[in-house]
Amino acid sequence: MKQIKFSRELASGIQTLLLHKLRSFLTMLGVVFGVGSVVAMLAVGEGASKDALEQIRKLGSHNILISSIKPVEEGATGTTPSFMSIYGLTYLDHDRIQESFSSVRKNVPVKLIRKEARLGERALELRVVGTSHQWFEVIPRPVLGGRTLMPGDLADKSPVVVLTEFGARKLLATRHTIGQIIRLGVDSFTVIGIVKNETGSSGAMQIPDREIDAYIPITTARSYFGDVVIKRTAGSRLREKVELNQIIVQVGSLDRVEPAAQAVERMLTLFHQKKDFQIQVPLALLRQAEATKRTFNIVLGAIAGISLLVGGIGIMNIMLASVTERTREIGVRRAIGAKRKQIIIQFLIEAVVLSSAGGILGLAVGMAIPFFITWFAKMPTVITPLGILLPLFVSLGIGIVFGLYPAARAARVDPIIALRHE
Amino acid sequence: MEAVVTDTRPETVIRLENAGKVYAMGNQQVAALDGIDVAFEKGGFWAVMGSSGSGKSTLMNVIGCLDRLTSGRYLFQGTDISAYDDDALSDIRLRHLGFIFQSFNLIPQLTVQRNIELPLYYLGWDKEKSQAHARHLASMVGLDTRLTHRPSELSGGQMQRVAIARALAADPDLILADEPTGNLDTRTSHQIMALLTSLHQGGKTIIMVTHEHDLAEYARNRLYMTDGRIDRIEKR
Repeated sequence: MKQIKFSRELASGIQTLLLHKLRSFLTMLGVVFGVGSVVAMLAVGEGASKDALEQIRKLGSHNILISSIKPVEEGATGTTPSFMSIYGLTYLDHDRIQESFSSVRKNVPVKLIRKEARLGERALELRVVGTSHQWFEVIPRPVLGGRTLMPGDLADKSPVVVLTEFGARKLLATRHTIGQIIRLGVDSFTVIGIVKNETGSSGAMQIPDREIDAYIPITTARSYFGDVVIKRTAGSRLREKVELNQIIVQVGSLDRVEPAAQAVERMLTLFHQKKDFQIQVPLALLRQAEATKRTFNIVLGAIAGISLLVGGIGIMNIMLASVTERTREIGVRRAIGAKRKQIIIQFLIEAVVLSSAGGILGLAVGMAIPFFITWFAKMPTVITPLGILLPLFVSLGIGIVFGLYPAARAARVDPIIALRHE
Repeated sequence: MEAVVTDTRPETVIRLENAGKVYAMGNQQVAALDGIDVAFEKGGFWAVMGSSGSGKSTLMNVIGCLDRLTSGRYLFQGTDISAYDDDALSDIRLRHLGFIFQSFNLIPQLTVQRNIELPLYYLGWDKEKSQAHARHLASMVGLDTRLTHRPSELSGGQMQRVAIARALAADPDLILADEPTGNLDTRTSHQIMALLTSLHQGGKTIIMVTHEHDLAEYARNRLYMTDGRIDRIEKR
């Protein structure tokens, strides 16, 4: 009939808690840190997964990366100066992939050579990438000036080069860039274009392009630099013949990526006696990254859950102490005519006020932590609406769950005994 | 239409019929009340007397709806409330009874004003109305300048006057005073008794437990208890 107004219960609960400011604050701390860690962990986890997705996007989710690797047994015996080790992907492999698989949309050969680039007195060690015009379709980067490689450049074996922005700045400084002649080793190349370079390649997933790359037609690379690389190690020279360092294959549809990768691997295994190549599938790496993230989230979630549990137990502890301390007050209220339900509500509200205030403070702490992580560790963090609402509801729930038992204890107090209580 | 009336004397506030209360103490049964038959009429001022263990505290707890009978009947304003549950008894305490205790039992963290307002809070009165009523009651007991004080800042006599104001807040049919002057000096005791007497003269029904004969003199009727039974009743 006559309902006790909730706002008055709330106001009276807050007043009671304010009587013991320090105690209330200390009781809240458990929830503050619990909620703070949940918010922070969600933000970091979300940021990391966004970062991983971003990397996958850069790698291209439709791509398969096949790379030459030196077979393990080869290294031990390759000490004779005249010995030449031949391994890795071949031009033939590239052609076979093109011919064998209909789902392959693009098929990009990559030859990597380290060369010193010179322009006048300026010199820069860079990675020369001999490739086809399709490279720029598979790994799209904004063109800052000029043009990228064209099929004609490959057919003509033209001595042309496309530089990355970073390399161009170092080498060409402020001079006019397009049309300049630079030297790669002893050969002259005309700069035909500048593309934006990708920075910050990190983590398990390697981005095919580097900060300082020089892209030349693969036909040019082969005829100018050949396939044999001489590596000088202490006292001995090691000659290696590697035709192609990488083949990047792009598949038409997302669900064909992994089957195609398996098929390519089976086919290459037929023609290679030794395991001198490896296949990387960004999509598989993404799945792996997601699985890792899930595990990470479960572990972090468990830690956060434990700290919230500890916070809740702290509230229950103080509320139980408060019930004992205020037994006489409970007796008086009951004698005056308060129903058990009203005593339960009184103590429950105090517990919920404690946990919710802790939750709000914890939210502030939890939103500050990702800010500092981004600031100092340069790690991306993302705070989602769920990342805010979930901890708030959880802290509210903690107040109810851990406040219920002390409140029920308070309601069970016998007024006759309570009034005699000292 | 005739209302169902179980008690033919409407003047009676409380009537106990063959009331018994048995406690289990260990494996022994102790009868705190042993067949009490008594009626407290409206507007009466009663003193309940007896040595400790005579059952007068149990009687007060039963009358105050804090404890239940194990046998017999308890009629409150003609209605048998012996079988009422906890919520219903709480409601009777809230609307019909006012308590005054020996140790005042004010809530220490609440101001005088808020202590007096407490029954009104549970009755669901709105804030302005209950504040005004509490001020009125405070001035009635002579504490209108102490409204914002906490109980710890008051003297014993002042605390008991706050408790009386609180007991009056819901305009109860019956005031139960359990040794109201037990913690007070003689002079203050007589001031408190004078206040209770003036309430009685204003029409309130009062039942008071005391063991001091000179204070019992204020009451019009005296009920003497021994071993859970009524020894004798003196009426004036």
